[in-house]
Amino acid sequence: MAAVEETIDAVAAVTGSTYKWGFTTDIEMDIAPKGLNEDIIRLISARKEEPEWMLEYRLAAYAGWLKMEEPNWAMLKIAPIDYQDVHYYAAPKKPRPKSLADVDPALLEMYEKLGIPLREREVLAGVVGSDEEEGHRPPVAIDAVLDSVSVATTFRKNLAEVGVIFCPISDAIREHPDLVRQYLGSVVPKQDNYFAALNSAVFTDGSFVFIPKGVRCPMQLSTYFRINTQNTGQFERTLIIAEEGAQVSYLEGCTAPQRDENQLHAAVVELVAMADARIKYSTVQNWYPGDEDGLGGIYNFVTKRGDCRGARSKISWTQMETGSAITWKYPSCILRGDDSVGEFYSVAVTNHKQQADTGTKMIHIGRNTTSTIVSKGISAGQSNNTYRGLVKVRPQAAGARNFTQCDSLLIGNDCGAHTVPYIESRNPTARLEHEATTSKIDEDQLFYCRQRGLSQEDAVGMIVNGFCKDVLKELPMEFAVEATKLLAVSLEGSVG
Amino acid sequence: MLEIKNLAAEIDGKQILKGIDLVVPDGEIHAIMGPNGSGKSTLGYVLAGRDGYTVTAGTATFDGVDILAMEPEQRAAAGLFLAFQYPVELPGVNNANFLRTAMNAQRRTRGEPELNGVEFLKLARAETKRLSMPDDTLKRNVNVGFSGGEKKRNEVLQMELLRPRIAVLDETDSGLDIDALKIVADGVNALRSPGFSAVVITHYQRLLDHLVPDRVHVLSDGRIIRSGGPELALTLEAEGYAAIVAEAA
Repeated sequence: MAAVEETIDAVAAVTGSTYKWGFTTDIEMDIAPKGLNEDIIRLISARKEEPEWMLEYRLAAYAGWLKMEEPNWAMLKIAPIDYQDVHYYAAPKKPRPKSLADVDPALLEMYEKLGIPLREREVLAGVVGSDEEEGHRPPVAIDAVLDSVSVATTFRKNLAEVGVIFCPISDAIREHPDLVRQYLGSVVPKQDNYFAALNSAVFTDGSFVFIPKGVRCPMQLSTYFRINTQNTGQFERTLIIAEEGAQVSYLEGCTAPQRDENQLHAAVVELVAMADARIKYSTVQNWYPGDEDGLGGIYNFVTKRGDCRGARSKISWTQMETGSAITWKYPSCILRGDDSVGEFYSVAVTNHKQQADTGTKMIHIGRNTTSTIVSKGISAGQSNNTYRGLVKVRPQAAGARNFTQCDSLLIGNDCGAHTVPYIESRNPTARLEHEATTSKIDEDQLFYCRQRGLSQEDAVGMIVNGFCKDVLKELPMEFAVEATKLLAVSLEGSVG
Repeated sequence: MLEIKNLAAEIDGKQILKGIDLVVPDGEIHAIMGPNGSGKSTLGYVLAGRDGYTVTAGTATFDGVDILAMEPEQRAAAGLFLAFQYPVELPGVNNANFLRTAMNAQRRTRGEPELNGVEFLKLARAETKRLSMPDDTLKRNVNVGFSGGEKKRNEVLQMELLRPRIAVLDETDSGLDIDALKIVADGVNALRSPGFSAVVITHYQRLLDHLVPDRVHVLSDGRIIRSGGPELALTLEAEGYAAIVAEAA
C-alpha cells in the first residue's frame, strides 16, 4: 500500500508544468575517458572481471560496428551523434554493497524521490493490492540500475529457492557463464544492426533472468533504469530465458534527470521462450523528453526481440512510451515454435518536438502461429509519431494469423502521425487483418467533459486514457496507475 | 436565480442571439420553444461556455455572479448543467469513472469532500435503477453504442447525480418514446425544489404534459418574442409558430 502510494505521489508530483525528476544525485562516480576504441572495451571488460570469451564477443561486435552505418530509414530527424564524445563506462566508486544496509543513503534517497520502493518491506507492502477486484498481488522484485552498475538487488535469495536467477547481467556473466554464453546474442546477433552492435560492444549492465523448466516465477520482476552521469551513454543489456513451461512477467520503467546535452541510449533486450513458456515484458518509458524546444532529451535506440523458440510459447510486449527526444524501437517476436503466440501492445505519446518511430515485427515461421498488434499513437505539439510494423509469414507458416489495430490520435494542428505497415505473406493459408484509424481530439468531447466539471487537462487525460484503454489494460496493475498519470502529464499544455 | 439581460452572441461572424432577456427565479421551470434555427441551442451553449461563441453584448448572471466570465468547468461547479441535444461518445471511458471524476471535480472546486468508490457506486446504482436503466449502464463506455433514447436517459442520470442548481435541457425529449419521455420528465420533477431551476428547450407540448413549466417563452430569430404561462405551449401546439412570429414582426 505505502509504496504504491509513494509511486503515485511521485508521479503526481510531476503534474507541474516541468519535468520534476530532473535532479542529479551526488554520488562519486568512476568514469572512463570519453571515446570508443578497443582499449575502452578492454577496460569495461576488465572492470567487470569478465571471462575472455566475453571480451572477444565485445571486440567482434565492435569490429562489426565499425563497418556499419547508422540506419536512416526511420522517420526521424537526428542531429549527428559524435560517438567519441560519450563516456562508455561509469560506475559508483564505492565497492559493491553486500546488502541493502550498505547501499549509499544518497542513492536510497534518490530512489525514494522516484518513488521506487527499493526496500523489501516497502516492496512487499507496496504490492498488496488495495484494489478489491484484483485481490492480493504477488510481490515485485527490483533490480535497480544506476547508470551502469546494478546497485542493489532484492529478493534474489527468495527467487533462488525456486531456481529463478534474477541478477545484473555482469554477475551472470561471472556466475552463470555457460547460460549466458549459450543464449547471449542468440536472438539479437552481435552485428544485428548498428545500435545493437554498439550495445554488444560496450554494454555495461542490465538484467539476467532465468526461469527453469516448469517454474512459474513467484513474483513480478522489475528493473528501473536511470541515467545519472552527464554524457554517459547507457547501454543496457537484458536477457530473459524461460525454459519449457516456465512463466515470468517482467516490468521495466525509466526516468532520467534533466540534461542540456543529448544522451545516447542503445539497449538490447533478448527474450527466449521454450515450449509452453510465457514471457510478458512491460515497459513504461519516461526518459527525459527534452525541453519544449526539444533540447536535451534522451536518444533512445532500442533493439528488443523475443524468440518463441518452442511450440505453444508466448511472448507479449506491452509498452508505454512517453519520454525521450527520439525513440527508435521495434519490440519483435520470432514465432518459430508451432502454435506460438506473439503480442505487441503499445502506447506512444509524443509532445513538443519529440519524435517517435516505433512498432513491431512479427515473423511467423511455425505452423498456426498467431500474432496480435495493438498500437495507439498520440501526437501533440509539434511532434511526429510513426508506427512502423512488419508482419511476415514465411512459406512454412501454414495457418498463421495476425490481427493489427493501429490508431492515431492528433492533438492540435502542428503534429504528425504516420503509419507504415509492411505485410509480407508467403503462405496462402495465412490470415492477416489490418485496421487503422486516425482522429483528432474532438472539441465536442472536450466541451462535454468540461461541462460536467472536468478541467481541460483532466478532460484530455480522460479522453486519451480512453483511447489507450485496450493497451493500458495489458499493463500490470502496478504500472497501470503510473501509466495513466503519465499519459496526462505528458500531454500537459497540449490543448488550448 | 438566472438573469439574462440583452444577451447577444455570434459564431463565425454570424449573429445568432440578438438580445435575450430572461429571468428564471429559483425553483421555477421555464420552457423555451421556437422554430428551428431560432437560437435555442446556442443559448444553452453560450450559458455553458462552449468555445467558438462570442458574446457581443449583454450579461448573464447566476445568483448575481457573472457566469460568462467563468470557464465551462467553473460554471459546472457553480451548479449549471447542460443536457446535450446530441450527447457525446467517449470511447474507452466508462460511465462510472466519468461520473465519479466529474462529481469529485465539482466537489473539489466547491471545497466539499470527495466521494469514495463505495459511496459513489451506492448513489449511482440507486439512480440507474430509478431511471429504469440496465445494470451494466455504469460499466459501459460513455454513450458508446447507446441508442438515442439511452443517450438521453444517460444525460438525465448525470443530471440526477451531479445535482445542479440550474439545468438547461436541450431537446432532451427528442427521439424518445412515450415511456422514456415520462422517465426523463420524472427525473426533472424529482429534482424540483426551491433550490433547483431549469430551462427546458423543446419543440413539443408532450414533454410539458409531464413537466409542467412555470413559464413558456417563444424564441425567434435570436429574441424572445412572447412569454406566457403553460397555456402558451398549448396555443403553439394548436396554431404553430408562424402566427406568433408574424405578429411579433
